[in-house]
Amino acid sequence: MSVKLGVPSKGRLMEKTFEWFGERGVTLSRTGSDREYAGKVEGVEGVELVLLSAGEIPRELAAGRIHLGVTGTDLIREKLGQWDQKVEPLAELGFGHADLIIAVPACWVDVDTLDDLDAAAAAFRERHGFRLRVATKYHRLVREFLRDHGVADYQLVDSQGATEGTVKNETAEAVADITSTGDTLRANHLKILSDALVLKSQATLFRSRVAPVDKAERDTIKELSRVLGVD
Amino acid sequence: MAEKARIRAEAARLRALFEAQGAQGFETSILQPAEVLLDLYGEDIRARAYVTSDALRGEQMLRPDFTVPVVQAHMAYGAEPARYTYAGEVFRRQEDDPDRENEFMQVGYEVFDRENPIDSDAEVFSVIQSALGGARLRAATGDIGILMAAVAGLQTTDARKKALRRHIWHPRRFRALLDRYSGRSPVPAARKALLAAADPFAGGAPEIGLRSRAEVEARIAALKADAAAAPISEREVELLDALLQVRETLPNALEHLRDIAVDMPAIVKAVDRLARRMKALDRRGVDVAALDFEASYGRTSMEYYDGFVFGFYAEGRPDLPAVATGGRYDALTRVLGQGREIPAVGGVVRPGLLLQLEAGQ
Repeated sequence: MSVKLGVPSKGRLMEKTFEWFGERGVTLSRTGSDREYAGKVEGVEGVELVLLSAGEIPRELAAGRIHLGVTGTDLIREKLGQWDQKVEPLAELGFGHADLIIAVPACWVDVDTLDDLDAAAAAFRERHGFRLRVATKYHRLVREFLRDHGVADYQLVDSQGATEGTVKNETAEAVADITSTGDTLRANHLKILSDALVLKSQATLFRSRVAPVDKAERDTIKELSRVLGVD
Repeated sequence: MAEKARIRAEAARLRALFEAQGAQGFETSILQPAEVLLDLYGEDIRARAYVTSDALRGEQMLRPDFTVPVVQAHMAYGAEPARYTYAGEVFRRQEDDPDRENEFMQVGYEVFDRENPIDSDAEVFSVIQSALGGARLRAATGDIGILMAAVAGLQTTDARKKALRRHIWHPRRFRALLDRYSGRSPVPAARKALLAAADPFAGGAPEIGLRSRAEVEARIAALKADAAAAPISEREVELLDALLQVRETLPNALEHLRDIAVDMPAIVKAVDRLARRMKALDRRGVDVAALDFEASYGRTSMEYYDGFVFGFYAEGRPDLPAVATGGRYDALTRVLGQGREIPAVGGVVRPGLLLQLEAGQ
């Protein structure tokens, strides 16, 4: 059997991943038509390319259906309980940098820290009769972070896209989202809290700790790691 | 792991014991409306309970405990005084520890009685303790009421006391606030700049979202008032620290707390209640000299306990959760009672753990 390598199936993340492997002598490419999710690996024998949505790669690694996979640290931490027992990070790939942060309207001049956010949330709840809403798709990470920092009287509302717009649309009072430059936040009149960096994320090559491997597969992973310089 | 049928039989035995104490049986649905629980506990409950939903009824939770439905039912239909018992599965999300069960039986005993809350505390503790039988367990007790009294008695502004009281159940934020209010930690630079600014809104950011300019202005005014208030004195912080660190057998803890109360008169009444509770426990045959008291006990649990709190733990098994826990939750009856309230105290036993311990001993 061959070693299965899961790689994001489209966009910049796929291109940069192909580049990163290519620079290290392993050529990844898509085969067939543009629409077909099939690919091949050249430069190391016995590796099969599996093209997947980046969001599904954590689950596939944790289920042991792929041996190796490229995805963001943010997705691994959000989607897997006890992530470090299911996957091992082999290499940070140096792209796909993104920080998971908490941002509030820039017009909240009284709020700069989590301490302020907590106080504002208490007053907001008294005044409006419901908890201050934080829009995010990173429920677990944000909840754990806010709990560890003792912020109360907030609630998370789900937002799977255009999260920065939720405040203006009055479906949330604050957001917790991934940002790389902060441009989108600024354009939407939001500012980042100074002490609310929930997670620093980048594209990372992970190895599944649970995928079954026979001797040949173990040798293949070793050889691939050697070629990539991540052993 | 003891199998389900044996756990059910054990649960039935415990429930029968509680019924023999005069408790009436209580039943409730496994699926509970999520709204009430979310409003009470906020986001933290989502980390602890399973949330599910359908298009018709919206979000529902697999019951994480029986206390909330018991209180709701009592406030709606209950006669006074009342004692209830129940036995059934509860469900808790476990994302970090695969050894912790996410579905287990609970058997509970709850007392709603205005006449003598101190004696009700002692009753619930002793009924639960005797139900646990011969298992080798360490009992820990505490009293959130003493902490609340200490905070209420601080020589400082009401706003600060309110903020501290709100975070009694979040020790880390409580500590950060106390450090700020006592001047132990410096004022953050951004706040200094905000308070010094001639026009805090000079940046000209457009007003967006539900939180209005007036709310921002109100908070700035509150921050200014806070900056003008004298710091909480070093002496008071030391007393509060001494109080939080009390951790001894109950009679020794009581003596220690009385010493602290000499300089902290606000806790005198609460400490008296502790003394009377100790006597009430003693009258019911509890070996109070061997009972542990920790002033900080119960601070990291869900925030409905606001008085006496207790838990029973297997000796030498720190890996296991508490075999039984309980406490007083007067404030919960106020929140769910829509204008009415009643002193209430209760506890739960986990029959599965009890069997597991008996098998191991």
